[in-house]
Amino acid sequence: MTLTELPLGRCGRVVSVNGASRITRRLMEMGVIPGVDVEVVKMAPFGDPIEIRVRGYSLAMRRSEADAIEVSC
Amino acid sequence: MSRSEKHSRITIALAGNPNAGKTTLFNSLTGLKQKVANYPGVTVERKEGPWQLNGTVASLIDLPGLYSLDATSIDEQIASEIIRGNQPGVPKPDAIVAVVDATNLERNLYLVTQLCEFGVPVVIALTMIDVFERQKHQIDVAKLSKLLQTPIVAVNSKTGRGIDELATKLKSVLDTRQAVPYVFDQSADEAGPNGKIFARYKFISNAVQESVVHSDLEQHRVSEKIDKVLTHKFFGLLILIAVLLLVFQTIFSWASLPMDLLDQGFGAAATTVRDYMPPGILTDLIADGILAGVGGVVVFLPQILLLFFFISLLEDSGYMSRAAFLLDKLMSSVGLHGKAFLPLISSFACAIPGIMATRTIESRRDRFATIMIAPFMSCSARLPVYTLMIATFFAGETVMGFLSVGAVLMLAMYALGIAVAVVVAFILKRTLLKSPPPPFLMELPPYRMPNLRTVFQNMFTRAWLFLKRAGTVILAISIILWALMYFPRSTDPLIAAPLGEQHAVLPESEQLKNSFAGKLGHFIEPVIRPLGFDWKIGVALIASFAAREVLVSTLSIIYNVGRDENEESETLIGAVRDAKTDDGRPVWTPLTALSLMVFFVLAMQCMSTLAVVRRETNSWSWPLFMFGYMTVLAYLGALVTYQGGRALGFG
Repeated sequence: MTLTELPLGRCGRVVSVNGASRITRRLMEMGVIPGVDVEVVKMAPFGDPIEIRVRGYSLAMRRSEADAIEVSC
Repeated sequence: MSRSEKHSRITIALAGNPNAGKTTLFNSLTGLKQKVANYPGVTVERKEGPWQLNGTVASLIDLPGLYSLDATSIDEQIASEIIRGNQPGVPKPDAIVAVVDATNLERNLYLVTQLCEFGVPVVIALTMIDVFERQKHQIDVAKLSKLLQTPIVAVNSKTGRGIDELATKLKSVLDTRQAVPYVFDQSADEAGPNGKIFARYKFISNAVQESVVHSDLEQHRVSEKIDKVLTHKFFGLLILIAVLLLVFQTIFSWASLPMDLLDQGFGAAATTVRDYMPPGILTDLIADGILAGVGGVVVFLPQILLLFFFISLLEDSGYMSRAAFLLDKLMSSVGLHGKAFLPLISSFACAIPGIMATRTIESRRDRFATIMIAPFMSCSARLPVYTLMIATFFAGETVMGFLSVGAVLMLAMYALGIAVAVVVAFILKRTLLKSPPPPFLMELPPYRMPNLRTVFQNMFTRAWLFLKRAGTVILAISIILWALMYFPRSTDPLIAAPLGEQHAVLPESEQLKNSFAGKLGHFIEPVIRPLGFDWKIGVALIASFAAREVLVSTLSIIYNVGRDENEESETLIGAVRDAKTDDGRPVWTPLTALSLMVFFVLAMQCMSTLAVVRRETNSWSWPLFMFGYMTVLAYLGALVTYQGGRALGFG
């Protein structure tokens, strides 16, 4: 499943980050790489963007970016 | 450049992630002697200051805040050029101080693994160590240092902990010049284009795992608890509005006393000049041109200081990025990036730093769209105009018993600017700058107690820039405008009678009417009459196309010159209230004031902004387009306000 499908508060582990855009590269540079644990912490008003917790810090991204992140529970 | 800096041959670069405490460390290492400028051709801020290194003085260069050195943004390009020694005008650094946030080790160390590849010695300054220890985490600094093959010093800018040790470590590193031999290239070949990223993080994770014990007590996630309220789906937005309202209300109530004092001070100075100098052109120039003009602008310094104080406070505490998080959906619905919120918020202080701050937006079209709407955010230069109008016509009135009409009107002006900006952005993103909504990826740093020194330093830097402008551009404009109103001198002896004599009243207003400025004002009067403006306001409008706050100083000059001696209209507020048309009706009504305020919300009246837009877009067509469409919008806005207001029976 993708990160957007991960229920709020549940931890998952990144399987892959799809795409070859600048933004996927930036995601990986900021530590979102296969094998790392992530948790969806909250959603902004209107459900977008979302806040995730990764490597001990909080990162906000839109659903469209989160869709590129494949996770397993 | 001071002598000591000229002779120092040591250059040290300060690098680190955004929000890692880099600015605070830079301030405490260099003190107050920093220089702020731009790198040529781009708008990346160049900050430099002297650092006392046990006897020698090194030049410390503050690199822009970075997550990586992959050169995908201008900031990253400049930073890696500097480290390579390829940036013109900046000597190749002899060493790098890498600022690393102890509470966010892994991601912060990613940049360090890149910094270490340049063959320049690196010393890590471990910041936020107090927070880290309060959270009961443990770190074996010596072990981490050994694993990373890099000296590490835990520092705390507030208490001074580690600052001396950092200098000592750096000196020893400079003596040996030993760089860390990091090599990640091989693994890159094996694992595809992103293999290098994986290899770096693997290396970091191992090192951190061996040297750090993280405690996972729930109480440590204080930021999350605060966020439960501040970024709440519903209350978060309410709180955001309340915060902004509170900021504006505070600015108004706190600034009024120092503003009155400044106003009286300049008034007293002008009187003193008149008392002690012989009457003549020079005395008139100093009293009516320079003191009245510059004084009319400097008087707003307290407000500007307060606004920048609050902006720095919000930024430093971490709330600003929450605001971007809350508003991203809104921003993206008009096609803008949540990151555009920050430049736009900064534009409330001044569009110039705001427009410069758009460089964090990676897509060119999104960046240009943000630049084009930034001047709609009511900047501090408009505050003098709003304040004057409110103080003159709406002072002391309240709605709902406790909110002053002034604060509500103020908020309405800000809201109008935002609303028009949204519409313009919506249109631009579908026409000239058509592109899909940009991606959004932003760190939400932990809430922190703002560092007051950083806040105050930021505040005073901005205030200084404002004063410098008041001292140069506005001084020059004040003199030019005074001359435009002073010349040509009438040769008619009756008209040329000096102030204070029998016929002084009539001749002075005649003089202004026949001056260059008066002629220009009369020339445009038919065009601005439907907006409720007379030729004097016309003169002030013409003058304010150079810079908005000049309106106030111009009005001061106009009404000082044309002052009715029989009435006690000592202040500008009194003069505006008492101004009469030829047939004795008041020139200004509350509706005129409102019309003028609307005009000022929408008009492009700032040469400096146009110059910055020219530089940022690298073409003249964008600033010209900006000037054109904003002027049209301003005219229409004021027209609708005035004529609509009259149709409804106001004014």
